[in-house]
Amino acid sequence: MKLIIAYIKPERLNAVKQELFKRNVFKMSVTNALGCGQQKGYVEAYRGAISEVNLLKKVRLAIGVNDEFVETTVEGIIAGARTGKIGDGKIFILPMDDCIRIRTGEHGTDAIG
Amino acid sequence: MTNKMKTILILAVCGAAMALSAEEVVAVVATAAPAPAPTAAEAIFYTDNLWIMAAGMLVFLMHLGFATVESGLCRAKNCTNILFKNTLTPAVGFLTFAIMGFSLMYPGESWIWGKFLGFTGFGLSSNPDASLAEAMSYNGHFTYWTDFFFQGMFAATAATIVSGAVAERIKINSYLVFTIFYVMLVYPIIGSWGWGGGWLAGLNFHDFAGSTFVHSVGGWGALAGILMLGPRIGKYVNGKAMPIMGHSMPLATIGVFCLWLGWFGFNGGSVLSAEPTKVSFVLVTTMFGAAAGVIGALVSSHVLLRKPDHSMTLNGCLAGLVAITAGADCVSPTSAIIIGLIGGLIVVPSVLIFDKLQLDDPVGALSVHLVNGIWGTLAVGIFAFPETGYNFLSQLTGVAAAAAAAFPAALLIFYVIKKSIGLRVSEDEELRGLDIGEHGMEAYAGFQFFSNQ
Repeated sequence: MKLIIAYIKPERLNAVKQELFKRNVFKMSVTNALGCGQQKGYVEAYRGAISEVNLLKKVRLAIGVNDEFVETTVEGIIAGARTGKIGDGKIFILPMDDCIRIRTGEHGTDAIG
Repeated sequence: MTNKMKTILILAVCGAAMALSAEEVVAVVATAAPAPAPTAAEAIFYTDNLWIMAAGMLVFLMHLGFATVESGLCRAKNCTNILFKNTLTPAVGFLTFAIMGFSLMYPGESWIWGKFLGFTGFGLSSNPDASLAEAMSYNGHFTYWTDFFFQGMFAATAATIVSGAVAERIKINSYLVFTIFYVMLVYPIIGSWGWGGGWLAGLNFHDFAGSTFVHSVGGWGALAGILMLGPRIGKYVNGKAMPIMGHSMPLATIGVFCLWLGWFGFNGGSVLSAEPTKVSFVLVTTMFGAAAGVIGALVSSHVLLRKPDHSMTLNGCLAGLVAITAGADCVSPTSAIIIGLIGGLIVVPSVLIFDKLQLDDPVGALSVHLVNGIWGTLAVGIFAFPETGYNFLSQLTGVAAAAAAAFPAALLIFYVIKKSIGLRVSEDEELRGLDIGEHGMEAYAGFQFFSNQ
């Protein structure tokens, strides 16, 4: 079991969602985040003062998957999120000790479903 | 200088000034002739003029209403862009109305082509130093400047109807160009046919405060924009309408209440005098239209959607107001309630039908202004007091004339813009939000919201 954390551009969220749905990955959670990597920011203006914004808006997906789904999930995220420009984001794959479905109490790969 | 000395010095100066000015006042009062009491005609002129000026300010308030309604019913990522459009519109509207809109709309005797086109010349043409007597000779009720002020506020409201329908995907420059031509040329020429004494007035067509000349003209422009732009990304998936939720019901509600308040000036001022029986009557029919519109939308929303949808109720209030606008001065209070009720009843299915036709209207502008502008105009032919002579056929003629003029004109303007500077923002910008793309700033800096779901 793995936990896949992906940081993507907010405007790519719907595309990523559709690509994951196509690959039968329906369960995910989404939160807002600020972040940057190589994308050194863009210029924003407010009443004449220019600022370099370097914590950019991102969206963070967290998806728990069984091992056989890891590759297809990563493919789906990349297919939806890649624009070719700096700032597309990153995917982290973490090992997961356990997963429990609250409603039924199931553990492990059954809980991921 | 110590503080005590400063205080004494200041008091001394004040005392001297008071002493001197008291002497001067005594001198003036002693030598001036007593001011003549105003004549009855002057007093009425003062009152009429005051009411029309105040009404113009209420109509101005409607721009705040439009700004908040539209931004509330659209997404947060586009909020600055919508507020910007709504700040731009009264500015551009009033200026272009001064350049040529006013003289096209009220040609007086200067008709050029039958009673279809008239023009009294560019710019404004009255002497600001006119005496009261000269000012009173303009139309007997208010000054030239009040007339321009009041009508100028109306002009921009027609254009701003379009801004809601094209929201979230139109380029700001393209919208600006459209607004200039629509307010400067299309709105005043069509308006001149009725309010300017043109051919529709000759047919006894009656549009008291603008269901046709403001609301349906705006509505046809909105329809043209929606057709030329296409729907927002993700709005229609496999033929089905996806909900794109507005980000702030509080803002939307504030907007509707501002519009509601402004309408008392919109209709009340259209009496074009402060004549108590007429103005007070119009305020009542206007309020009945709004109240019945709310109830109508509440009922049809509950029947068609199973839930009383608040945004539909807000639309219903505006629908009732638009519907009563044509006949607020010539229908009975009971008729006003019926007209408003029907307006509210039809606005909900109208929104659903436009979605079935895949015409993406983020704020319901077509259902409120176009559909109910037409309904309100026709309702005059059904409900007007018989002695007015208003009839259904003349009303229908006016509706058709506005459609035949405004819709192709708007289509043409949008088409030319589309082929030249482009009409719609890029896909990337639309997804990211027009605030960043068009304005380089966010309406809600520092807030977290989901810009895409």
